[in-house]
Amino acid sequence: MSDRTGLGARGVSWDIDGRLILDDVEVLAPVGSVTGLLGPNGSGKSTLLRVLAGVQAAGRAVVPPTTAFGGADLAALPRRERARVLALVEQDAATDLPLSVLDAVLLGRIPHRSLLAGDSDADRAAAHAALDAAGAKELADRGVGTLSGGERQRVHMARALAQQPRLLLLDEPTNHLDIAAQLHAMRVLRDLAADGVTVVAALHDLNLAASTCDHLVLLDHGRVVAAGPVGEVLVPEVLEPVYGVRVDVLTHPRTGRPVLSFERG
Amino acid sequence: MSRTSSLSERRASPSGPGTRSARGALALPAAALVLVLSIGVAVTIGPADLALSEVGRSLATHLGVDGLLGLEPLSALRDGMVWQLRMPRILTAAAVGAGLALCGAVMQSLTRNPLADPYLLGLSSGASLGAVLVLLAGVPLLLPVAAFVGAVGALALALSLAGALGAITPTRTVLAGLAISQLCAAAVSFVIFWSAKGDAFREVLSWLMGSVASATWTSVAIAGGAVLVLGTLLALTGSVLDAFTFGDTAAAALGVPVNRARWILLIGVALLTGALVSQSGSIGFVGLILPHAVRLFTGARHRLLLPLSALAGASFLVWADTLARTVFEPRELPVGIVTAAIGAPVFAVLLWRGRAGA
Repeated sequence: MSDRTGLGARGVSWDIDGRLILDDVEVLAPVGSVTGLLGPNGSGKSTLLRVLAGVQAAGRAVVPPTTAFGGADLAALPRRERARVLALVEQDAATDLPLSVLDAVLLGRIPHRSLLAGDSDADRAAAHAALDAAGAKELADRGVGTLSGGERQRVHMARALAQQPRLLLLDEPTNHLDIAAQLHAMRVLRDLAADGVTVVAALHDLNLAASTCDHLVLLDHGRVVAAGPVGEVLVPEVLEPVYGVRVDVLTHPRTGRPVLSFERG
Repeated sequence: MSRTSSLSERRASPSGPGTRSARGALALPAAALVLVLSIGVAVTIGPADLALSEVGRSLATHLGVDGLLGLEPLSALRDGMVWQLRMPRILTAAAVGAGLALCGAVMQSLTRNPLADPYLLGLSSGASLGAVLVLLAGVPLLLPVAAFVGAVGALALALSLAGALGAITPTRTVLAGLAISQLCAAAVSFVIFWSAKGDAFREVLSWLMGSVASATWTSVAIAGGAVLVLGTLLALTGSVLDAFTFGDTAAAALGVPVNRARWILLIGVALLTGALVSQSGSIGFVGLILPHAVRLFTGARHRLLLPLSALAGASFLVWADTLARTVFEPRELPVGIVTAAIGAPVFAVLLWRGRAGA
């Protein structure tokens, strides 16, 4: 891919019932990088991801935003085509149906085949490759309802990967996961980025963001308060007013990345 | 709506991917064969015993191939029994069973509610109100039309009520359907209580419980035609329904136009159910149970689930109706009593299996 600009979303403003949830947000995410979307609860992270994915049902755009990706305008793409370019991993997606993991992952192939067609061998191969990439190979024959939280998250990741997206959006992919599962999820994101996928993930855990992300966008009340490399965003002057806590930034003895410590402000 | 979570946590089909598709390839022809045999055998069962060969001879006569096959026509009496009495009734049962099971599967997926059935949005109560009004007004000929209008009218009311409350979400739609349903049911009770007497009362009651006893070839044409046209279209929407598995946002992220798909499917289900209800009254449990039972075998994906539910529903209702007309011979039961008597315990077993598998 010659175009290294990746995702360039500008002027994203979103209004739900007269409340401005996103106010002129800009997100730049280079190709092959992991961009972390940070911010307190209710800062607009989830809405932003859904708006970027074109699936935010409630509310409306205040002005038409620019959502360029790889030289195309995401918003102008037909839905099915967009679903072949980008995939969204939601928070807490669940089903009441008795579904096997492989079948769940095969759902990700829907945008790639005719609506009347069944799964082809190519679809099954893509699903298995996705399970492999998400570290969920051994789960293929399990029922989705029997999985632990961490396993389920891997399956959702695999479902998104089966779409073979060039842009992957994730809403708190480490929520409710134990520490090993969190690190596993972040490892998968790093591997994807290394393969040239543009990754944008909403994250709550600032230390996880510090250890994994290349770039960060910090939202507060629907506005971008800081954006840039990890070392520029994760500093006390930026974080303290947004989160209302005292922040000390240390340096990891081995990786040299920032490690954050918090106290009540 | 998470009124049951145990059904939900049932294990997925344990089969591997290879066995799944192999099973699928055989399941549809097998289910079709079972249906054809069920219809053939069910025609022979009744107060006057007929042989399977006689059924074949009658069919050959009416299809105009008796000469070709060198078959003797039946006596007029026995032929009338096959062709005028049992055949239309059994074919109507098959069509209604197929349509209800299919609509049930679609509704359960569309509303993501395991307790959904084709009547969820007030269709049956609306149809009942229409039917009861014309039965008591003494114009039973208008019954199918009135039932159909009632069903579609109730759906329109339910949807506009849901719309008046804000964005039309599945939960809101189901609740609005429930409200309209209760309202129509109250109106039906009131009308019956106020004015039904004697025969009209029995007629109303039998219709309310669901019955194909008075089916004619016209019923076959209406129910069968609706199932062939609308049912085939619905059965082709497997991929779209699959996309709804993890909810609306997930479906949208897979490139499905969520609102348009939901409206088209809801309207398809409403028209089909309306056509069926107009011929048979509201027969419970078929649309609720059959999809769950078939899912145990197919897993949750729809490509196989939809046509297999239809075929299984058809065979099921053929046998349920055969029981209804023979068990207390010469008295007949409305088939709705039989489907409820079978359906309720089966539902309990499915729930129990769901718990055991979780």
